[in-house]
Amino acid sequence: MDISMSWLKDYVDVDCSTKEFMDRITLSGSKVEGVEVLGNISKVVVGQVKEITKHPDADKLVVTQIDVGASELLQIVTGAKNLTVGDYVPVALDGSILADGTKIKKGKLRGVSSNGMLCSVQELGCDIHDFPEADENGIYIFPESQADNLGKEVKDIMDLEDEVVEFEITSNRPDCFSVIGIARETAATLDKELKYPEITVNETAGGDVNDLVSVSIENPELCQRYVARAIKNVKIEPSPRWMRKRLRSAGIRPINNIVDITNYVMVELGQPMHAFDIDTIADRKIIVRNAKEGEKITTLDGVERNLDPSMLVISDPEKAVALAGVMGGENSKITGEAEAVLFESACFDGPNVRITAKKVGLRTDSSSKFEKGIDPNLALVAVNRAVQLVEMLGAGEVVGGVVDCYPNKRDTWKLNYSPEWINGLLGTNVSADEMADIFEKIEIKVDRENCVAEIPTFRPDLEAQADLAEEVARFYGYDKIVPTLASGTATVGKKTYSQTISSIVKDSMIANGLCESMSFTFESPKVFDKLSIPADSDLRKAITISNPLGEDFSIMRTVTLNGILNSLSINYNRRNEEAGLFEIGKVYIPKSLPLTELPDEPSKLTVGMYGKMDFYTIKGVMEHLFQVLGMEKLVEYSPVSNIPSMHPGRTAEVSVNGKSFGYLGEIHPTTAENYNIGTRVYVAVIDMATLVENANLVNIYVPLPKFPAVTRDIAMLVKDEVIVKEIENVIRKKGGKLLESMNLFDVYKGSQIADGYKSVAYSITFRAPDRTLVDDDVNAVMNKILDGLKNELGAELRDR
Amino acid sequence: MKEQLKAIQEKALSSLKDVKELKELDELKVKFLGKKGELTAILKGMGKLSAEERPVVGQLANEVRSAIEEKIDEAKKDLSKKAQEIKLKAETIDVTMPGKQTACGHKHPMSIVIDEITNIFMGMGYEIAEGPEIEKDYYNFEALNIPANHPAKDEQDTFYINGDILLRTQTSPVQVRVMEKGKLPVKVVCPGTVYRADEVDATHSPIFHQLEGLVIDKGITMGDLKGALAVFAKELFGEDTKVRFRPHHFPFTEPSAEMDVTCFACGGKGCRVCKGEGYIELLGCGMVHPKVLKMSGIDPEEYSGFAFGMGLERVAMQRYGITDLRLLFENDVKFLKQF
Repeated sequence: MDISMSWLKDYVDVDCSTKEFMDRITLSGSKVEGVEVLGNISKVVVGQVKEITKHPDADKLVVTQIDVGASELLQIVTGAKNLTVGDYVPVALDGSILADGTKIKKGKLRGVSSNGMLCSVQELGCDIHDFPEADENGIYIFPESQADNLGKEVKDIMDLEDEVVEFEITSNRPDCFSVIGIARETAATLDKELKYPEITVNETAGGDVNDLVSVSIENPELCQRYVARAIKNVKIEPSPRWMRKRLRSAGIRPINNIVDITNYVMVELGQPMHAFDIDTIADRKIIVRNAKEGEKITTLDGVERNLDPSMLVISDPEKAVALAGVMGGENSKITGEAEAVLFESACFDGPNVRITAKKVGLRTDSSSKFEKGIDPNLALVAVNRAVQLVEMLGAGEVVGGVVDCYPNKRDTWKLNYSPEWINGLLGTNVSADEMADIFEKIEIKVDRENCVAEIPTFRPDLEAQADLAEEVARFYGYDKIVPTLASGTATVGKKTYSQTISSIVKDSMIANGLCESMSFTFESPKVFDKLSIPADSDLRKAITISNPLGEDFSIMRTVTLNGILNSLSINYNRRNEEAGLFEIGKVYIPKSLPLTELPDEPSKLTVGMYGKMDFYTIKGVMEHLFQVLGMEKLVEYSPVSNIPSMHPGRTAEVSVNGKSFGYLGEIHPTTAENYNIGTRVYVAVIDMATLVENANLVNIYVPLPKFPAVTRDIAMLVKDEVIVKEIENVIRKKGGKLLESMNLFDVYKGSQIADGYKSVAYSITFRAPDRTLVDDDVNAVMNKILDGLKNELGAELRDR
Repeated sequence: MKEQLKAIQEKALSSLKDVKELKELDELKVKFLGKKGELTAILKGMGKLSAEERPVVGQLANEVRSAIEEKIDEAKKDLSKKAQEIKLKAETIDVTMPGKQTACGHKHPMSIVIDEITNIFMGMGYEIAEGPEIEKDYYNFEALNIPANHPAKDEQDTFYINGDILLRTQTSPVQVRVMEKGKLPVKVVCPGTVYRADEVDATHSPIFHQLEGLVIDKGITMGDLKGALAVFAKELFGEDTKVRFRPHHFPFTEPSAEMDVTCFACGGKGCRVCKGEGYIELLGCGMVHPKVLKMSGIDPEEYSGFAFGMGLERVAMQRYGITDLRLLFENDVKFLKQF
C-alpha cells in the first residue's frame, strides 16, 4: 500500500520528520517498506522563450534565448519543435538535477554554447497522464502565463514534490488499505486527532435514484450490501491536477474525471466502486446473481471471460454488466454520451472475489481490496463521498436519494476483557484506564466500569480478548515490554536418541573425508528409468504432487540415489578430480495409493563417491561407521547381483541378524552413463532406523591381555568362487576360544596359480586368557582350521 | 714410573687437542686407557715396585686415568654438540612449503546453521522435535487457525498431494503435534524441511528449511518471549546484538510480532545489506493464539505460551555471504569444502 504523505496530512497532523514517522508507525504495527521521494529535482526553473534562431550547423537544432528572471538571457540549444516565442517552459539550469538523477551541465552543441536544457514532463518525473495538456514528444509548455514565476523552481509551481511511503499491510487489517485507515493508525500512534473528510451532498439534479433504477440481491451471502447513487448531466473530462497527482501516488493511472473519482474514493476510504452508464441497464433493473453455466462477459479490458456458477455478476434482466468486485463489462462502459451515471458501492464476499479473480486470471485493484474483506458500513459513506467529488469537480449533478440493498446489517459487537488477564499475557502493568484510552484512540467504545469494548465494524480482526491484548501492546509499545526469562518448570534440552545417532553418522562421514550434500526430495518420474528400476518395482509407487512446479519436480522420491548421482555428475562435469558426498534424507513410501493416510518417511544415509578409489574404499567408510556405532560385529556383507542401478559383481548387501538394511558398491556402468559420469562411482544406501536400533554407544571394557599371543600365517589355494567371508566363517568356527583375530594380508592370482584359482593368505592370532600358549596348543587348533578349510572349501595349503 | 705416567698424561692431553671426530676420540681412549692401552701397559710393571711405592704410584695412575677420562668426556661433549649442529643445519627444510593434510569432510552450511541454532536452544532447555513433511491440511492450516479460504493459504502457494494431504509449508504443524501429545510444559524447537511453490532462482527455492519454537507453561508472558529470543539473538550474532520487536500478524499467534536484529554487517548504523535500516528481519513470533491452544486440547485460561519461527536459508546466506540459493543444492565440493 503506497500512501502519499501530503494526502495523509489532510487527515492527521504529522508534525515529525518522515523518517521519524516511518519508524514510529512501523513499531505500532504498520510496517514501512520504503519511501519514494517524488519531484526530487533541483535548479529546474520557470523560463520564457524570448528568441528562437536556427542552429548554424545542425538542421534539427535551434538556438533559444530564455528569460529566467536573471539580468541576462540564457542561451540554450534544443531539438524541440513545439516551441514558440513567448512560451513559458521548465528550464534546467547549469548544475541542475533531473528526476532520474541526471545532472545537467553547460556545454557546446555542435559548436554553439548551451547553458542548460529545456525539459519535457518525462524529465520532470511525470508523463502526460499527470499533465494531459503536455505535448508527449516536446518540451512542456505551461498553459497559463508564468510572468510572475520566472526563475522559480518548477517543482513548487507544478506541485511535483511528495513523499510516497510504502506499507506492508498484514492480511488481518483490510481497514488499513486506505489513506484514511493509515491516517487512523497514524493518529493513534502520534497521539493526534483524526480529521475525517466532511461529506455533504447537494442533490442539485433533484429526483430520486430509486425511480431510475431498482436493485435486487439474489445471493446475500456473496453480496452483503449494494448501494448506488446516480448523477446526471455528466461532463467527462480530465480530472484536476491535484486528483491526478494523488492517484499517481497510489500507482493508479488517471483516466477521466468519473473513473478517477471512483479510484480516488477507493484509495482514500478503501471502498472499490464502479460506475455504469445507466442507459445500458435493460429495464433499469440491477440483479446481483450467480453467473449461469456457460455465461460469458467481455470485461472493460476488452477480453471475453468465461464464467461459471460460482462467480457473482451484476446483471440486468438480459445480460451481465459487470463481474462483481473484479471488473465492469464493456457493455455498460461510460462513454462521452452517458446521460446518467450510476455509482455502485457494494460489499462482496472476499474469498469469493479472490477465487473468481484467480479463475478468470484478472486481479484488479478492486478485487485485491475486496478479497481482504470490506466493512459493509463503508459503502454508503463512500458513495456519498464520490458524488460529493462529482459536484466539486463539476463533473455532473447529483440525483436525489440512495439505493441501498442491505439484507444483513453488520453491527458493532462487544468484547469483555480483563485488564489483569491482558497484563498477565503481556507481562506488563498497564492500568485499566490506560488500556481504555488506547482502545478509544482506535475508535473502540469502552464501558470503563465493566471493561467491555464495543468494536467498530471495520475491525473484524478483533474477535477476542487476545486481540485486544495486541492492541494494548501495539500502542503501549512492544519495546516497553520488559524482557524476562520464563521462571516455570526446569527442562532439559536434548536431542532424541535418533538425532544423536544422526550426528554420530555425520561425524563419521566427515572424518572419512566426505562432504555433506542436500538434494531436492521431489523429482521426476523419469528417475526410475534412469536408475533402471524395473517396471513392476514397488519403488515406482511414488506419491504424486497434484500441482507441481513441473514434471521434473512432480513425485516424492522413493529412492535417494538420484540426488547424490546428480550432485556427483555436477562435480564430475565441472572437472572436480574426485568427490565424496553423503546425505541423510527421507524417502516417502505410501501405505497405499492414492494416499488416504500419511506415508512413511524413513530416513536414509546415502553415500556417493568417485576418484582414486575402489570398492574397498567405500566399504572402509561404512566399516568405520559401523565401528563408531559399536555394531561392526553385527553387520554381515553378502554379494548381491540384483539391485537395480548397481554393478552385479561389485555390490554387497548389508544385513543385521539376517535382515537387510542397505547396500554398498559400484554403480552399474549404464547408470553412470545415464548420469553423464565417465568414471566408476561408488555408492552406499543405508537405512537409518536400523542404525538407531542396533547402535551400541556404551562399550563394556575388555581386560587387557596378560599372556602373549601366538601368530601363524597361512596361505591357501581356493577356487575363485570361494569368497573370503566363507573362509573366515570356517576359521572362526574351527578356531574356537583360542582364536583372537585374523588378518587377510594377501589375495593373489597370476603366475604359479592355476586358472580359476586364487591364493588367499591370512595371519591368524591365538591367545589364551590364563596361560602362555605352547606349540602343541596352537598346532592342534591350526590343524582343525586347515582340515576345515580343506573339507568345506576344498582349500589347499600352499607352502610358504 | 711416575715420569712415565706423567708423560702419558701429557701425551694424551696434547693429542686430544687435535681430535676432530668422535671416532678418533674413541681410538684415543682405547690407545691410552684400553685393556691393551699405554696406561695399562705401564701398570703391568707395578709388580716390580716396592710396597711403599705401589700405593703412591697406584694413586698417581688413577689420577692420570681420571684426568684423561675427564678430558676425553669433555671433548666428547664438544664434538657431539658440533656434530649435532652440523646435522641440524643439514636437515633444514623450507617451512613455508604447504602442509600435508588428512582428508577431512565438511558439513553442509545449512547443517552448520541448524546445529548452531538448535545447540543454542538446547542450552536454554529446549528439546528437539520433528514431524512429517507430508502433512495433513488440518495440522498445516486448520489447527493453526488458518481456515479454508483464508488468503494465507493462497499466499503460501501450497503443494498439494490431494485435497486433504499436502507438503507442509511451514514447520508450525510440528507445534500442533507436540501440543496434542498433552505433555506439559512444552519447550521445543523443530527444525525441518518445508515446501512452497516458488520457482527456483537465486533467492527462491521450493524446498527450504525453517525452525519453529514453542514454549507452553503456566504464566508464560510476552516478556518471556522477548527475553528468550533476545538471548538467542545474542548467542547467534554476538553479545552486542540488539533486537527490535514489531507488531505483525500470524493467524496462530496473538499478539504477534516480527523480530529484527541489528545488522551484522554494519552493527545498526545502516548499510547496503540492511538497506539503510540498521535492522534485519530475523523471525516471526507471538503468543500462542488461545484458539490454537484450545484446538490442541490445552486450556487457554490455565496455560499460555509463545511460538516463533524463522527461515534458515536466509541466516546461512547472510552469515556466509552466499548470494545464490541454488549453490546450496548443487553440492559442488569446491563450494562445500569452504565451510
